[in-house]
Amino acid sequence: MEKMGDFLRALADGDLISWHHQTFAAKYFSMSLPQVERIALEAGLLPARYQRNRKTITTKEQLKLCRSHVAVIGCGGLGGYVIEELARLGVGCITAVDPDVFEEHNLNRQLYSSPDNLGRPKVEAAHARVANINPAVRLIPVKVAFSKLNGFELLQGVDVVVDALDSIPVRMELAEISAELNAPLVHGAIGGWYGHVATQFPGENTLRKIYNRSVQGRGIEKGLGNPAFTPAVVASLEVAEVCKIITGHGTPLSNRTLHINLLDMEVEEIRF
Amino acid sequence: MNVTVKLFATFRTGRFGSETRTYGPGTTVRNIIDELSLPEDDIGATLINGRHVEEDCELQEGDTLSIFPLVGGG
Repeated sequence: MEKMGDFLRALADGDLISWHHQTFAAKYFSMSLPQVERIALEAGLLPARYQRNRKTITTKEQLKLCRSHVAVIGCGGLGGYVIEELARLGVGCITAVDPDVFEEHNLNRQLYSSPDNLGRPKVEAAHARVANINPAVRLIPVKVAFSKLNGFELLQGVDVVVDALDSIPVRMELAEISAELNAPLVHGAIGGWYGHVATQFPGENTLRKIYNRSVQGRGIEKGLGNPAFTPAVVASLEVAEVCKIITGHGTPLSNRTLHINLLDMEVEEIRF
Repeated sequence: MNVTVKLFATFRTGRFGSETRTYGPGTTVRNIIDELSLPEDDIGATLINGRHVEEDCELQEGDTLSIFPLVGGG
């Protein structure tokens, strides 16, 4: 490892290591690209692809992101954008969970859907996309429906859980299991022009408060559907939360919910 | 008594965004939901002065009641 660190330092331009040199080092030492990225960051080098992050995310924080494991539950409207941003952010390991294949009615908003992808499993498309945009991060595709039965196994060793589901009862199960595993849960939900975001830290009961009246039904999305922009906005807010939880930077949405109204461009904060 | 009622998202359609309205003493959250014909199954959260409350909660002079619809899509 030290040898590899010295090797990368010798190749670096200042403290930046180029993608070309990362791939060269991986071949030379017969290592994977995620391994090389981690060693580079541990040696205090910043992979050049993250250089525009550096005034926002330090190299030390970039290493925290690299060492982290985030589970994204649901790979539809929210999940596609969440995975895209986590991979570009440099989150080292992403578990993507979704049982579905792309259908025509997904094409208006789901980032990884395309006419060529109809019938293709969503997690498989996410896997291919992440391998294409950032081969230095690993995506584990899991083509199952999240439930109480498989939840503990799926979330084992995960640092942060992202709720990108479309079912309130399953969201409640996810919240319960995340709480039992002491994993922070970033929750986002959308319907039409509207959405909300909140983060449930261990010991908090945020989802039960948000859905205290109805945990069985569906929300306004059943009548409104979802346009292209609402999942992108709410997913981005969720990823900002993940970034802050992992880096320890900023003020996450603990014990509060942000309600977004894109029709009137209003944001309302609710504190618990 | 005067109560400010704030409606969010789809609940505004055909109603209002924010209005100060006059109610009799003892008026509950449920009474206002019924008065505004808000569909029971669509209600997500009810808050008085920013705090989550149950439907049987009584309003006081000067309170702000916020009513959000249920949102659960992804």
